[in-house]
Amino acid sequence: MDPNKKRVDSLFPDEVLERVLSLITTHKDRSSISLVSKSWYNAERWSRRHVFIGNCYSVSPQIVAKRFPNIRSVTIKGKPRFSDFNLVPDDWGADVFPWLSVFATVYPFLEELRLKRMVVSDESLEFLATKFVGFRNLSLMSCDGFSTDGLKAVATHCKNLTELDIQENGIEDLGGHWLSCFPESLTSLEILNFASLNSEVSFDALEKLVSRCKSLRVLKVNRNISLDQLQKLLLHAPQLMELGTGTFMQELVSGPLTELKNAFSNCKNLLTLSGLWDATPLYLPVIYPACARLTFLNLSYATLRSVELANLLAHCKSLRRLWLLDTVGDKGLEAVGSCCPLLEELRVFPADPFDEEMNLGVTEVGFISVSRGCPKLHYTLYFCRQMTNSAVVAVAQNCPDFTHFRLCIMTPGQPDYITKEPMDEGFGAIVKTCTKIQRLAVSGLLTDRTFEYIGKYAKNLETLSVAFAGSSDLGMEYVLGCPKLRKLEIRDCPFGNAALLSGLMKYESMRSLWMSACNVTMNGCRVLAKQRPMLNVEVIKDEESDDSQAHKVYVYRTVAGPRRDAPPFVLTL
Amino acid sequence: MNMEDGLSLTLGLPGRAESDKEPNMSCFKNSNNNKRSQPETNDARSESNGSSAAKEAGMDSAPAAKSQVVGWPPVRNYRKNNVQAKKTESESGMYVKVSMDGAPYLRKIDLKVYKGYSELLKALENMFKLTIGVYSERDGYKGSEYAPTYEDKDGDWMLVGDVPWEMFMVSCKRMRIMKGSEAKGLGCNV
Repeated sequence: MDPNKKRVDSLFPDEVLERVLSLITTHKDRSSISLVSKSWYNAERWSRRHVFIGNCYSVSPQIVAKRFPNIRSVTIKGKPRFSDFNLVPDDWGADVFPWLSVFATVYPFLEELRLKRMVVSDESLEFLATKFVGFRNLSLMSCDGFSTDGLKAVATHCKNLTELDIQENGIEDLGGHWLSCFPESLTSLEILNFASLNSEVSFDALEKLVSRCKSLRVLKVNRNISLDQLQKLLLHAPQLMELGTGTFMQELVSGPLTELKNAFSNCKNLLTLSGLWDATPLYLPVIYPACARLTFLNLSYATLRSVELANLLAHCKSLRRLWLLDTVGDKGLEAVGSCCPLLEELRVFPADPFDEEMNLGVTEVGFISVSRGCPKLHYTLYFCRQMTNSAVVAVAQNCPDFTHFRLCIMTPGQPDYITKEPMDEGFGAIVKTCTKIQRLAVSGLLTDRTFEYIGKYAKNLETLSVAFAGSSDLGMEYVLGCPKLRKLEIRDCPFGNAALLSGLMKYESMRSLWMSACNVTMNGCRVLAKQRPMLNVEVIKDEESDDSQAHKVYVYRTVAGPRRDAPPFVLTL
Repeated sequence: MNMEDGLSLTLGLPGRAESDKEPNMSCFKNSNNNKRSQPETNDARSESNGSSAAKEAGMDSAPAAKSQVVGWPPVRNYRKNNVQAKKTESESGMYVKVSMDGAPYLRKIDLKVYKGYSELLKALENMFKLTIGVYSERDGYKGSEYAPTYEDKDGDWMLVGDVPWEMFMVSCKRMRIMKGSEAKGLGCNV
């Protein structure tokens, strides 16, 4: 052995290196560490406790298990993001069970599982609950395939459960009995979120659970929990940091509202508030005492008008993140601009996405108001029915720190409503001025010019969503020039094979590409697949489209080879 | 293998004759061709492209019909279902049946039209040609032959006026104008 090498190794034994590396937690840092040298690669793999798998088909459970022997926590993301909008057929895949069965052997001490857009069956949940003795944290977001029976298994068998977070899943709700399955002995719960489940749970069981779990810091209940019941829960858990209320409207409150107000006032640690379904001016004031400390307020299920919002926000000077419904209108956004100078994130959702007769929602006016009053804004998701280039330019100038800019002009291909021009200059201003931009979603009438700007200026762009935009293949070719691009999702654009193939050298440095209702053909996809064996080029066949067109294409890098669980309508080329 | 379909800069499906390269909506195969959103210059061209695209999409190019595009706008199902449920209830009018003792048929009124109890009672007085009078917490509608009552969500018959207007609006399932001794009885029991 080379004496120099031996000296270096003995100066820095593996145990020390591992100890040091155990303090490094982000997966990006760990990835970098593993590339330094072989001994660092080994030290890193032995000391890693958490693994993040951004695309469940990019790697196999066996490969993960082989490389990382000591994992305690796993995060896995499955279906392409457009599955949230019904663009991916059911039975496409992303079943978690193959992962669980490998983990049961290799990681019997697994403590945490966080899944997004995965298919999770009741059997999988039961398997999880019974095979992993020390299991503690379960988070399921936008998953489907399970019912409340699966939750029963988790509640019954996970003796040390600290987190149960069920968010916006396509689940079969067979009733609220699952909550009653938590044994009396379970006192470890810290996070409980069942806000998106529809059926009623036993309030008695919930109340007892909340009062015996002294470390509970996140509680998000569903709409069935009344204000009276909420009051009781708050009395048992004044230590809460995050609260999701049930319905915020009641016909007859048993005690005076001051008691409810006091209950909120006593929650000195409350930083996040959500739920607030059906909130009206009658009951909203009860939360005022807690508002001054709030950093995140989610009003996206409360159909508030501008006046109610303004009255509420007057109390919320510490707000960093705010989610709203567009029922608040531009006037409501004006209040945001004047009351929330520390605001960093604003999301405005449409109350009536499919029927504009109901309410105009928010416009470019509201967008500008917020940008004027909230210079620290760096994340926005904004649904609107009209927008202008000058407004977007102004927003870019007022808030140059944008990292996430997602603007959705709801009518496909709609131009600047005043000048009738494409929205190219608006989005151009965003990428030119906001140099830190990391995630971008574009909309409205857009020519290739928008993409030229993006390709030229968006040096930090990682995620791009495009719909109903572009004039030619050039559009897509431009954006494939973004150096840090990792995820590209495109629908209904005139990009064809030339565009697809211009990214030949690019896709392996990206997580994935989605293209649907574009002009790509099966032949184009075959060329790509042949030239790039490290990519899976999958076409989802549509009964309606003809055989030569590739109606939905999903391309992603992988070390696991072609999928072995692909359904008949998914062709791997 | 034919690469030409990919390399020529066209806007529509490969093999389709296209005469221009400027932006228009004809390539949006799935979208309803909403004329409102097209650029207003060069109407003739946009119109002809519009109808051919509409034919492709299998829909007629009526601008008024709302877009039926799958998955657009990009709002998750959970959010769509949960907010809309509330909206249909609150935006489309709150019609309740009103019966009056002795009248041969019922009437229907939209509670949302009224700003408060006084407007509602005036409307009822007009509709049924009677006098209901003024509400008092202690005596109900003392002095009147009639008492307006309503059935609430629990199925109980309540006197109109006891609860705040907003609360009444959401809990009222239907109304009944009681007459005579029955009416007087209700007022006095409270």
